[in-house]
Amino acid sequence: MKINKLILSFISAVAILLSTSVVSFAKVVGDKIVLGAAISLTGKYSSNGVHTQNGYNMAVDRINSMGGVKVGGKTYKFEIIYYDDESNPKRAAQLAERLISQDGVEFMLGPYSSGLTKAIAPVTEKYGVPMVEANGASRSLFTKGYKYLFAVLAPANLYLDVAIDLAVEKNNGKPVTVAMAFEQDAFSQDVRLGVLDAIERTGSKKVIDDKLPKELNDMAATLVKVKQMKPDVLVVSGHTKGALTAIRQIAEMKVDVPMLAMTHCDAAKLSKQHGKNSQYALCASQWHKTLTYKDNFFKDGMKYAADFQKEFGYDPPYQSAESSAALLVFKDAFERANSFDKKKVRDALAATNMQTFYGNIKFAPGGQNVDKPMVLFQVMCDGSGKCENKVVAPTKWASAKLIHPIPKWSER
Amino acid sequence: MVFQYPMITVQACLDGLLLGILFALIAYGMALQWGVMNIINIAQGDLVILGGYIAYFMYLYGIHPAWGVIVSPIIMYFIGVGIYKLVINKVVDRDLFISILATFGISILFMQLMNFAFGADVVLANSGYGTTMLFDNNVTLPNSKIFSAFISIVFAICLVIYMKKSKLGRAIRATAQNARAAKILGVDTEKVYAATFGINAALCGVAGALISITFTIHPYMGLPYTIRSFMIVIVAGLGNLPGVAMSGMGLGVFEEFADYILGTEFRIGSVFLLLVLILVYRRFKLSRKREYLK
Repeated sequence: MKINKLILSFISAVAILLSTSVVSFAKVVGDKIVLGAAISLTGKYSSNGVHTQNGYNMAVDRINSMGGVKVGGKTYKFEIIYYDDESNPKRAAQLAERLISQDGVEFMLGPYSSGLTKAIAPVTEKYGVPMVEANGASRSLFTKGYKYLFAVLAPANLYLDVAIDLAVEKNNGKPVTVAMAFEQDAFSQDVRLGVLDAIERTGSKKVIDDKLPKELNDMAATLVKVKQMKPDVLVVSGHTKGALTAIRQIAEMKVDVPMLAMTHCDAAKLSKQHGKNSQYALCASQWHKTLTYKDNFFKDGMKYAADFQKEFGYDPPYQSAESSAALLVFKDAFERANSFDKKKVRDALAATNMQTFYGNIKFAPGGQNVDKPMVLFQVMCDGSGKCENKVVAPTKWASAKLIHPIPKWSER
Repeated sequence: MVFQYPMITVQACLDGLLLGILFALIAYGMALQWGVMNIINIAQGDLVILGGYIAYFMYLYGIHPAWGVIVSPIIMYFIGVGIYKLVINKVVDRDLFISILATFGISILFMQLMNFAFGADVVLANSGYGTTMLFDNNVTLPNSKIFSAFISIVFAICLVIYMKKSKLGRAIRATAQNARAAKILGVDTEKVYAATFGINAALCGVAGALISITFTIHPYMGLPYTIRSFMIVIVAGLGNLPGVAMSGMGLGVFEEFADYILGTEFRIGSVFLLLVLILVYRRFKLSRKREYLK
């Protein structure tokens, strides 16, 4: 009994000690600007969560080693407090609350995925804490009138509408028939809305409009329909599993479709997992290393990719690149605001107009980045079966010519 | 749509049958341990996914994933026995609710452990088996699906023979009929239970390896397999292998048609709905039977 009491008092002593020491963190300590982020280090988003974290860390190191942030004639360095949100929106919201009210963080970086960003945004808004996020593209984030949310990436509805335009262009400007298969989550449904807009705009016709379940690992039924109805374009969006399942079953079922457009190809490492079967797939991407945007910190995409490869041992997916860009935006805003006042920093963020290696960044009143188009790349393989992603649209950034229509399986 | 394109009907039936055979294999494992130990294993689907990861890792190391159907059940057997020794043996004589809770806990634990160990990426193993085309290319059957169905049948047949002929098989059946009597007659029921759970895990291992070849695997994708096998067993009853096979194939075809007619988004949902309907129907039938008895 005595020992129990002893242990209990010991634990409470430690708890009290911890809780008081935590408070000593604040927005700016000494020469450090402390940013907070809840990131999915475990749970279903953990791989993309790690990409996000690596992107943040890479930018923090780079900015700090290149002189840091100059505010009021003094130089500050970035530091990030991370918490693991376990890929759980409720947990993410709790952690945001904790970062702000307990740890005293006054500037936030976004989590991974639209769903988690949606959970955190009301919290940061409530406290008036500016948040620059790089991984929540859902359109609904930007229609709520949030004043403190800024996204460096293009919204989800712009992901695949380019593909429809491209198909119409290849069809000599005549409308096309479109088959769609979208997962039922906020992000994919936003992508769908964008595609629907494009279909309407071009006078095209949708022939299949399937919704895919969350536990998707079989879309044979959709593909059989595609086979029978022979649309001009097949559009698929269902995160990594959608991309992997689609490619596997299209190859197995020998589905011939002139154009196949998807999301999440690089996160799914399509060409690595499927090799030649993934050839000719068109993929929407926020960023590609061959784009020629430039900045002073990472130079350009190729240099960023090389540095990232050296540091983390893999080619950076766009999730990392956009996360790095978020820090560049913060640095720029702090220096222009020349203050750590939340309101002033917020106004400086809203007035952002800059180029980074990731793309141009300029925020609309809703918070989304309106100055950076999406790119489409196509998986292209050489004779030996080595596959590469090459940008084919928009034409301004294209490093290869679009192969259209996709050769029939019987001719491959 | 189904009437407009008759080939879709053929395709749906064939796809459903091949898929159903695979489901039946998982369900058979569940029926076996349910019958013998009176345990409903919520972690069934997670064992399947774990089996899939074994095949996937063989594939990563350059071994053809088809060998997974041999290696995976062996490893899974020992994992199954391990789980039994650690957890299940403590709940085997208790009521059903406790065992459901225990296996539910195991399920969550497995999901998180797999996520921790293998990452949250969706993965698959490529068999490179190609495709069989029928009816002027209008119906396509991936050879991997045919392979899956074939292997499932082989394992099911082997198991039936084993249960009939071998000493352990007879002991398992005896325990299922009456554990106390079997114990009195010298059957080491503890061992039988461990072996049953191991065999179930091994069947899940085979199925998992096949799923990694035909579909995709992901740490959180186990639950739909648990539900499907639960349903098949409910329909077929315990200890009724032909019934399990038939209801498995029936479920496969039902799913495919639900997919075509209602849309892919209702695929899993329709399975759940069917489960509810069957449970209600069963209850209704039972209550009528009870009235006769009165």
